[in-house]
Amino acid sequence: MVAGAAAAGGRRRWWLNRTAMVVVWVVVSVGIWVGLHWYIRTVSMRKAEEALESMCEERARMLQDQFAVSVNHVHALAILVSTFHYRKQPSAIDQETFAYYTAKTAFERPLLNGVAYAQRVVHAERGKFESQQGWTIKTMKQEPSPVQDEYAPVIFSQKTVSYIEALDMMSGEEDRENILRARATGKAVLTNPFRLLGSNHLGVVLTFPVYRAGLPADATVAQRVEATAGYLGGAFDVESLVENLLRQLAGNQDIMVNVYDVTNTSEPLIMYGPQNPDGYMPLSHVSMLDFGDPFRKHQMMCRYSQKPPIPLSAITTPSGVFVICMLAGYILYAAWNRYDNVKEDCRKMEELKVQAEAADVAKSQFLATVSHEIRTPMNGVLGMLDMLLDTDLNLTQKDYAQTAQICGKALIALINEVLDRAKIEAGKLEIEAVPFELRSILDDVLSLFSSKSREKGIELAVFVSHKVPEIVTGDPGRFRQIITNLVGNSVKFTERGHIFVQVHLIENANKVMDAKVDTDLNGCLSDMMVPSDGTFNTLSGLEAADRRNSWENFKLLVSNEMPQSDKCKNGMPCGMNSGNVTLMVSVEDTGIGIPLQAQDRVFTPFMQADSSTSRNYGGTGIGLSISKCLVELMGGQINFISRPNVGSTFTFTAIFQRCKKSAGGDPKRTLSESLPTGFKGMKAFLVDARPVRSAVTKYHLQRLGITVEVASTIKMALNALSGQNGCLRSGKRPYILLIEKDSWTPGMDVYLHDQLLEWKQCGQIPEVPKVILLVTSESDKAKAGSFVDTVIMKPLRASTVAACLQHALGMGKQQRKEMPNGSAFLHSLLAGKNILVVDDNKVNLRVAAGALKKYGAKVECAESGKDALSLLQLPHNFDACFMDVQMPEMDGFEATRQIRLMESKANEEVKCGETYEGSERAEWHLPILAMTADVIQATYEECMKCGMDGYVSKPFEEQQLYQAVAKFLVSKPNSDL
Amino acid sequence: MEVACLQRRFIDLTATIFQQEILDSQFTQLQQLQDESSPNFIHEVVSLFFQEAEKLLNELSKALDQQIVDFKKVDAHVHRLKGSSASIGARRVKDVCIAFRSCCEENNKDGCIQHLQQVNQEYYLVKSNLEDLLKLEKQILASGGSIPTMK
Repeated sequence: MVAGAAAAGGRRRWWLNRTAMVVVWVVVSVGIWVGLHWYIRTVSMRKAEEALESMCEERARMLQDQFAVSVNHVHALAILVSTFHYRKQPSAIDQETFAYYTAKTAFERPLLNGVAYAQRVVHAERGKFESQQGWTIKTMKQEPSPVQDEYAPVIFSQKTVSYIEALDMMSGEEDRENILRARATGKAVLTNPFRLLGSNHLGVVLTFPVYRAGLPADATVAQRVEATAGYLGGAFDVESLVENLLRQLAGNQDIMVNVYDVTNTSEPLIMYGPQNPDGYMPLSHVSMLDFGDPFRKHQMMCRYSQKPPIPLSAITTPSGVFVICMLAGYILYAAWNRYDNVKEDCRKMEELKVQAEAADVAKSQFLATVSHEIRTPMNGVLGMLDMLLDTDLNLTQKDYAQTAQICGKALIALINEVLDRAKIEAGKLEIEAVPFELRSILDDVLSLFSSKSREKGIELAVFVSHKVPEIVTGDPGRFRQIITNLVGNSVKFTERGHIFVQVHLIENANKVMDAKVDTDLNGCLSDMMVPSDGTFNTLSGLEAADRRNSWENFKLLVSNEMPQSDKCKNGMPCGMNSGNVTLMVSVEDTGIGIPLQAQDRVFTPFMQADSSTSRNYGGTGIGLSISKCLVELMGGQINFISRPNVGSTFTFTAIFQRCKKSAGGDPKRTLSESLPTGFKGMKAFLVDARPVRSAVTKYHLQRLGITVEVASTIKMALNALSGQNGCLRSGKRPYILLIEKDSWTPGMDVYLHDQLLEWKQCGQIPEVPKVILLVTSESDKAKAGSFVDTVIMKPLRASTVAACLQHALGMGKQQRKEMPNGSAFLHSLLAGKNILVVDDNKVNLRVAAGALKKYGAKVECAESGKDALSLLQLPHNFDACFMDVQMPEMDGFEATRQIRLMESKANEEVKCGETYEGSERAEWHLPILAMTADVIQATYEECMKCGMDGYVSKPFEEQQLYQAVAKFLVSKPNSDL
Repeated sequence: MEVACLQRRFIDLTATIFQQEILDSQFTQLQQLQDESSPNFIHEVVSLFFQEAEKLLNELSKALDQQIVDFKKVDAHVHRLKGSSASIGARRVKDVCIAFRSCCEENNKDGCIQHLQQVNQEYYLVKSNLEDLLKLEKQILASGGSIPTMK
């Protein structure tokens, strides 16, 4: 809970973090936008300013230049006047000439409204002047001029300003000042701007002095005044001047211009432009103007008429950057989110994986435990049922009990399979390597299914190639399991025909297959043709799925191995020289086959061909998958060929080790026991129309040492018999006539019988051969007439055949000892044995000793592990030891370990040549059986680990004691008792 | 007459003993083990059992008197007692021992003491029954009768 809350808190904080970061990011982006915008605006503003500056300067210079040009021209006019008015006597210029000249040269002075020349007239000369000119000097107000010191009446004037003729220029305040300044400096001077008389435009008047000749360049002011002859003046129409100029320069930029006279800096006089400047004020530029008058100062002020527009880029660029930032932020955010999600998912996956793995382990453990737990009580149930069946039961009870037992066994089998599967999945299944006899295992498997095959009337047969060694080393249990499974399936799914198990060496089988393919290619696929009589050369005459198992092949296989098997018997190496034998086992049936669509999942656990299969035939479908695993563990492969409604052939290979001669001694003994040897050298005659079947029969008879001849019909057999009389007589052996049920037609029996009797009476044969009928099903048995000595039920097994023959031939039946069971057998096992019982509990000790004594054993007791050890110092005479597990000081496990240690030391010494006196044993190994009350797996494994051989539960149970003891103790011959 | 009476008493006693599950089939098996070669087998085993059990019960009450109980030791004793009683077929003693051991595993002192009392009771019950049985047996044998076999 706390951890959860902390995690939630962390997440919340984390989310807070994330939100904060988003906000910060947005703020930063906005900041970037603003910054960029401001920067771009500044840059554009500066550019506008620079543009304004250059434009302003340009206008100022032009204005100045044009002004200068005009001033120069006025200067030229002044020279003209001084030259032609004053140097010439009489004057070469009069008003007319002047007017004409100035009018013609007006283009030179576009800035001047007009020019006029005013002569300097001192008062003394006024009368003379007035009379000379014929008009009186007038003031600006067109009134006759009052008396002044001097006058400056206009004598020449351009037409445009003819209205000022005769006006005294000194009467106007501005003009007078101008005149005084001009003659003092000798330069062009300008008035303040004022409204011009004619146009009412703002303008300035330019005044230029005209001196009489002879004025030195460095003349004083007085000299200049003295030398002054008159004044040339012109009115500049500044407004139109600037307007013209601006019109000329009217560019893309609409700029506003103001021109000021700033001679009096505190009070600039406007020369051009509106009094209150409008337009875009913050951005302006001031350029100084020099009109040539040092006394006056002018300046030009420029500004944009409108605020320069904000450049589009100042909006778009930052916006673009902003969008990019946002996108980048979003991408980061999304990536971050995604990363978190994936991380979270990954973590969940990991958790789930761990859970799933744990669940898998738990499942396996559960399976193992549960099946084990079920098996234990089931064993009890089965045992009890066994015992129940031994008691006196009426038929119904017996039937019930048997049914219960069969069901119980089926359950155990299923549990074992599930357990196997679990073990294989866990990789815990290990393949044993013990010598075993392949043929007897196959016989056993066949006998398991014999009742079923008889019921159904199917031929069940096994054939083992002679080249296959009698004894191989491998895992007999697992081999049996595979065969049982395959044959079980075949029996389950086959209703007619046959089931045929073959075992060959793989090299042999391959060789034959290759040879077969060759002939197939040469011959025109004759094999593939359906035989004319509709029967196939198989065991039962029905078609088999895998044509390779047809008679032709089989014949080849059998014929191939015959000469070589002799070699084997002579001790010559045959087949591979190496220690491995690879066997190819095939199980062929003529059942329903496997549907094509189901063939690829045949080996998948719990998958039957289709769901109806389990309904019709039962089973879980786990068998084949287990078989596959087992085959793979044995280093082989399993595969199958199946045709629906024709049958299936399962083929698997398995690798076994050849059994070494020395080790082969033990199992061989069991073989000689199981198969009677009394038939060696006998001869039999087999009547069978089917070559495959006859080969199988021959194989079983040959195992018993009987030589076999084959005839396809009874008549042929009889012919052969009569022809071989001589041999027969000399053989002195009872002759056996084995007849397949197919050849046993009604009427034939009588014929055969008569024939044989006749021969006997004629002395052709010493005695009537025993006639034995081979039948497949119970119903065939009825067909056997009275002339048949005995009937052998298929499937054939060497031992059953032997038993039947013994019965038929009336041979002295070997006294088959009944397997002694229960206490009697236990008695025989334990009688005379020296047994040590170790238990710290006196009561237990006494009871165990008592029980063992009852079975005839000689019992010694030890009350602790240490006592036991001292009693078991080598050499000793004990045949077995029963050891309690839980004992103080030294428990059973420890004691056993010590004993084993002692033994191994002793064994090594024996190997080194030392021998204990009185001990003939090759190796010391005392069977030690644990006595324990809790018979659980762990204890069992512990027992095995520390070297014990088995365990019995306390208190002793007869059956279990027997089972445990039987493994280690050999029953002593009765004479010993 | 007397023998028959004794025999009937013997049968009745055995019947009640088995009915009350004081003894079980293991004891029958022990009886079967007794034959000519070991005529005193049952007597021998039973007295061994008594010795062992009394020793163990003593040890147990001592162990449980301690301030700090050594439950391992107690468990070992109970285990031994269980083994002995199982061997002799004293079913009820064995059953109590099983419960006793689970108490030991839980380190439940009160439970242990309670169980010890129970074991004591059961032990004395089986002891008196066995003694009676053996006495009867002896009497039967002494008066020349044979011991009736149990089913």
